[in-house]
Amino acid sequence: MSKLSVGSSPHHHNQRDTGAVMRLVMYACIPGILMQTWFFGVGVLIQIALCMVTAVVTEALIVELRKKNTERVIKDSSAALAGLLLGISIPPLAPWWIAVIGSFFAIALVKQVYGGLGFNMFNPAMAAYIMLLISFPVQMTAWLPPVSLTEQSFTFIDALNTVFTGFTTDGYSIEQLRVGYDGLSMATPLDHLKTQLIEGYTVGEALSSPIMSGNWGLGWTPVALAYLAGGLLLLKLRVINWHIPVSMIGAAMATSFVLFAADSSVYGSPAFHLINGSLIVGAFFIATDPVSAATTNRGRLIFGAAIGFWIIVIRTWGNYPDAVAFAVVLMNMAVPLIDYYTRPRTYGHKAKTSSIHNNEEP
Amino acid sequence: MKMFADYDQIMERISLQNLWDFPGGVHPTQKKSLSNQTDIQRIDLPSVVHIPVKQHIGVNGELIVKEGDTVKKGQPLTTSENSFAVPVHASTSGTVVAISDHVAAHPSGLSELTVTIECDGKDSEYEYTPMSDYAQRSKGEIIQAICAAGISGMGGAGFPTHLKANNVKPIEFLIINGIECEPYITSDDRLMREHAWQIRQGIDILCHLLQPKQVLIAIEDNKPEAFETMSIACQQEDNYHVVKVPTKYPAGGEKQLIQVLTSREVPSDGLPVDIGCLMYNVGTCYAIADAVIEGKPLIERVVTITGEAVDAPQNVWARIGTPIKHLLAQAQYHSEKQSYPRIIMGGPMMGFTLSSVQIPVVKITNCILVPAAKELPLVEDERACIRCSACADACPASLLPQQMFWHSKAKEYEKAQEYNLFDCIECGACAYVCPSEIPLVHYYRKAKADIRQQQLEKEKSEKARVRFEARKDRLQREKEAREEKHRLAAEARKQSLNKDGGAAKDKIAAALARAKAKKAKQQAQLKDKPSSDE
Amino acid sequence: MTLTLIAILVVVLIALVFGALLGFASIRFKVESDPLVEQIDNLLPQTQCGQCGYPGCRPYAEAIANGDEINKCPPGGEATIKDLSELMGVEAKPLDAAHGVEDVKKVAFIREAECIGCTKCIQACPVDAILGAAKQMHTVIIDECTGCDLCVDPCPVDCIDMVPLHDSSENWQWNFKQVSVGDIPLRQL
Repeated sequence: MSKLSVGSSPHHHNQRDTGAVMRLVMYACIPGILMQTWFFGVGVLIQIALCMVTAVVTEALIVELRKKNTERVIKDSSAALAGLLLGISIPPLAPWWIAVIGSFFAIALVKQVYGGLGFNMFNPAMAAYIMLLISFPVQMTAWLPPVSLTEQSFTFIDALNTVFTGFTTDGYSIEQLRVGYDGLSMATPLDHLKTQLIEGYTVGEALSSPIMSGNWGLGWTPVALAYLAGGLLLLKLRVINWHIPVSMIGAAMATSFVLFAADSSVYGSPAFHLINGSLIVGAFFIATDPVSAATTNRGRLIFGAAIGFWIIVIRTWGNYPDAVAFAVVLMNMAVPLIDYYTRPRTYGHKAKTSSIHNNEEP
Repeated sequence: MKMFADYDQIMERISLQNLWDFPGGVHPTQKKSLSNQTDIQRIDLPSVVHIPVKQHIGVNGELIVKEGDTVKKGQPLTTSENSFAVPVHASTSGTVVAISDHVAAHPSGLSELTVTIECDGKDSEYEYTPMSDYAQRSKGEIIQAICAAGISGMGGAGFPTHLKANNVKPIEFLIINGIECEPYITSDDRLMREHAWQIRQGIDILCHLLQPKQVLIAIEDNKPEAFETMSIACQQEDNYHVVKVPTKYPAGGEKQLIQVLTSREVPSDGLPVDIGCLMYNVGTCYAIADAVIEGKPLIERVVTITGEAVDAPQNVWARIGTPIKHLLAQAQYHSEKQSYPRIIMGGPMMGFTLSSVQIPVVKITNCILVPAAKELPLVEDERACIRCSACADACPASLLPQQMFWHSKAKEYEKAQEYNLFDCIECGACAYVCPSEIPLVHYYRKAKADIRQQQLEKEKSEKARVRFEARKDRLQREKEAREEKHRLAAEARKQSLNKDGGAAKDKIAAALARAKAKKAKQQAQLKDKPSSDE
Repeated sequence: MTLTLIAILVVVLIALVFGALLGFASIRFKVESDPLVEQIDNLLPQTQCGQCGYPGCRPYAEAIANGDEINKCPPGGEATIKDLSELMGVEAKPLDAAHGVEDVKKVAFIREAECIGCTKCIQACPVDAILGAAKQMHTVIIDECTGCDLCVDPCPVDCIDMVPLHDSSENWQWNFKQVSVGDIPLRQL
C-alpha cells in the first residue's frame, strides 16, 4: 500500500544546485591554471592541491564538530573552491605551511566561525590571502619569474622539494631561483613597476625591463587571458552575472585612464593595469563570490565599480603592488549598506523605500 | 513614479509586436507536447461526484437540496443569497446521498462541506433558460445569468466572475488570458484550438457588459495553433487584437501580463481596473458564453491529465466533482512509475499536492499532474543560502526573496513585510532557481498565514478587551444602581418610621419580643426532650 | 592663568551649546509612547481568564508594570512571554506551570439539552459571550468566546465542554505534517 506524498510548490526545480555552481566555477579556472602552470611551473599545481586538501579537511573537521551532515556540506564544493582560489594566489614555490595556514584560516576563521557557507561576511580566499600577505610578506611576494626566464630549469621533484624543504634537489634556495640572468631579482610586473617608480624611474623605463614586453608582462598576460576565457564561459553559462566583472574592470580602466592621462610617466596605462596582476581573475572569479558580494543588480554595479576604483588607488599609492584582495575585502564590508540602499522598486509600489518610510511617518 | 504608457503608445507597440517585458522570470522545460496532441476527450461518467459547496473566493451559497433528493444535471444545489456567494450545480443527474464533510481540493487535505451525488448514469438535463438575445437585455440580467451559472475565474484564483463583470469604471483594455505559462498544462491551449468561436462569443458578451476600448487576447508564442484559430475567430472585429507574447514563466500572471502588454503596473493596494485593465481567462469566456447564450451552468471543464506516470496523457471534459481517481484511471496511471506516489493539482510551479485520490475536480482544476520518478524529483533538505541572489534575478515582482526568506524564517514578520512580503504572487520562480533548494515560497506562505492569524487574534483580543471593559462598567453600574436602590429603600423606611412615630417603633418592638419568646420556647423544648438517637 | 580660564570658558560654552541642542532635539523629536501598562496590556491575549491570579488581563498588566513575573499567562504561551521579555528588557522564562500549561485554542460549548438555565455561567463569563436568561437555555457566542474556562466550574449540571477550535482550509498554517495522507491504497487503481 503506497502513501501519497505532499509538499509545497514549486515541484519543479532547476537542476543546478550549489555544488554544481561551485564546480562549474572550478572548471572555468582550468584554462587559467594550465597557463599559470606552463609559465610558472608545477609549483602552481602543488599549491592548489595543498590548499584544496587543507580547506576540505578543515571544513570536514569543523562541520563534524558542529554535528552537521558532513557529506552534504563537503558536496557543496565551496571549501574546495575557496582552497583553489587561494592556491592560485600563492607564489608557486612558497613553503607548504603558507598554503596550510592560509587555507585553515580561510575555512575555520573566515567561514565557519561566522556560521559556515552563506554566513561569512568576507571572501574566505581573499581574507586568508591578506592575512598571509601581512604575516609573511617575504614568502608571499616571492613570485618566480616565468619559467622561460630562469636559468635553472626545475622539475616536479624540484618544485616539491622547494615547497616542503625550501631548497631544490640541487640545493638552490628560492632566493637564488628568483635571480634572473642579469643577476637582478625578478619580480611580478606590478611589483617591478612599483619598485622602479620608487627608485625614480619613469613608467616607460620600468616597462623596458626583460620581464616586460611593453605593457605585456611576460607570462602574466597569457595567464590573464586564459582566466578571461574561463570567466566568459561562466557568463555564458549564467553562473555569474555580467554586472560585477563589467563594472569592476570598467571602473579600474576609467580610474587608471584618468591618472594615465594626467601623467603618463608616473602612472601605468589602463592596458598595463588590465593585463597585469589579478584584475581579471578578481573580476570574474573572486569579486563574483555570491556569499560576500552585493545581491541586487544596482548593488552589484556599485560593488564592482568600487572594487575597480580601489584596486587602482591601492596599486598606485598603497604599499603593496597588487590590491584585488584588499579592495574586495574592503567592499565586502560595505555590502550590507549597498544592499540596503539599492533595493529594487517592487512591482506596483511607488518609491523603492516607501514601505520603510511609511512606518516612520506620524 | 514613472509615467505609464497611454492608450495610443500601447496600441502602437502592440501593432508593431514590440511588447514590454517584466523583470525576472524563468524558462522551465515545457513538456506541453505530452498532452496537447489529441482532442479534448469525452469520458465516462463517474459513479459518484463530490461537489464542494464553496469553490471560489467568497462565502458559501445557501444549500437548497437535502439528502435523498434526486437532482438533474445542471440543477442548482445552492443559491447565491450574498453577492460574494457563487452557486454550485449538480454536474450530472442522480441522488444526493450525503451532504457532509469531504476531503477538499486544497493543499491542507482538510475537509469541507460537500454534496455527494450518486450518479444514475442517465445524465438527464435540467431545464435551462437561454438568453440568445443578450444584446437586447440589461446588463443586470446578464450579470445575474453569469452569477446563476456559478462562474468563478477559471485560471486559478476563483474570483466570482459576476463581481468582476459588474464594473462601472472605464475600461481601456479587456485582456483575455490565453497565456497558460505553467509547464505541462494544455487545457486552455486545446480549448482555444477547438472552441475559439465560443470563446469569441464569451468575449462579445464581456464587451457588451464592459464596453472596453480594446480587447487584447494574449497567447504565448509556444501555442501557434491556438494563436491561429483565435486570430481567425476574432478577425471580423476591429478592436479585437490577438497578441503573441514571448514564452516566459510567469507571463500568465495577471500583473505580469498587464505589464507585458501595457507597461502599466497594478498598484500594490489596488486592482487592475484602477489602471484601466480587466482580465479574464479563456476558459471563463467559454463558460460565460455557455451561461448566457445556452443558459447552461458551469458543470464541466477541461482538465489536462499529464505526467510521465500516465500512459495516455490527454485533455478531458471533466464534470465538476469527478474524483481524481476516475481521471487517473482514464489516463492509465501507474503508481509504480513514481518512487513516491505524488499527485499534483495544477502545474508544477504553482499546483498543490493532493492527499487523497477522492478529491474532486473543482472549478479551478486545470490540470492533474503525475510525474514519474525522475521527472520532478522531490527536493532533498534545503542547504544553506549562499546569498547568490538568483532568486532576486528571477522574481517577476522585483522583490528580494532572499531577505524575505531570512525574515520569514526568523519569524521577524515586520521586517518581512517591509520587504513587501504580501506583494509576492507565489509563482515559485525563486524556489525554482535556488541552488540551495530552499523551499522559499513555502516560507512565505507560512509567514503570510502566520501574519494573518496574528492579525485575527489581535482583532479578537481587542474585541475581548472591549467586551471585558464594557462588562466591568456594566457590573459597576449595576452595583451602583443596587446601592442606590438600597439607599432609597432604607431612606423610605426611615421616613415611614418617622412619620408613624412611636406606633411603628412599638410594632417592631412587639415583633422582636414575639420572635424572642418563640426562640426561647423552642430552646426550652429542645432541652426538655431527650434525644431519641440515644 | 588666562589660558586656563579660556579653556574652561570654551568647554562650558560647548557644554551649553550641546546641552541646548540636545534639549531642543528631545522636545522637537519627542516620541509619544503609550504608558507601559497599555503596552503590556496590548501584548496579553485578553482571554480575561484569571489564570495568572489577577482578575483579568489589565490587572495583570499593571502587576507586570510593577515588577511581577512575565511567565504567568498560559493562554498567551511562549509567544507572549517572548514579546513581554522584549518589551520589558528582561530574560524570557519558561511558562510558570503553577498557573497552567499552554493548550490549543478552545471555545466553550453548552450541551443545550442538559442546560437548566441557571445563569451561573453568564455571570462568570468575563466578556459576556453567553446568551440566555433565567430558566432559558443558554448558548455561547463562539466568535466572542475567549476560551477562558471560567464558565465550566460554576455550572451545576456540568453541561459545558471546552472544545478545541477546528482547523479549516482557510486558517491552515501550511503545516504539511498535519496533512493526513496514506489512507488510500493506490494499487487498487
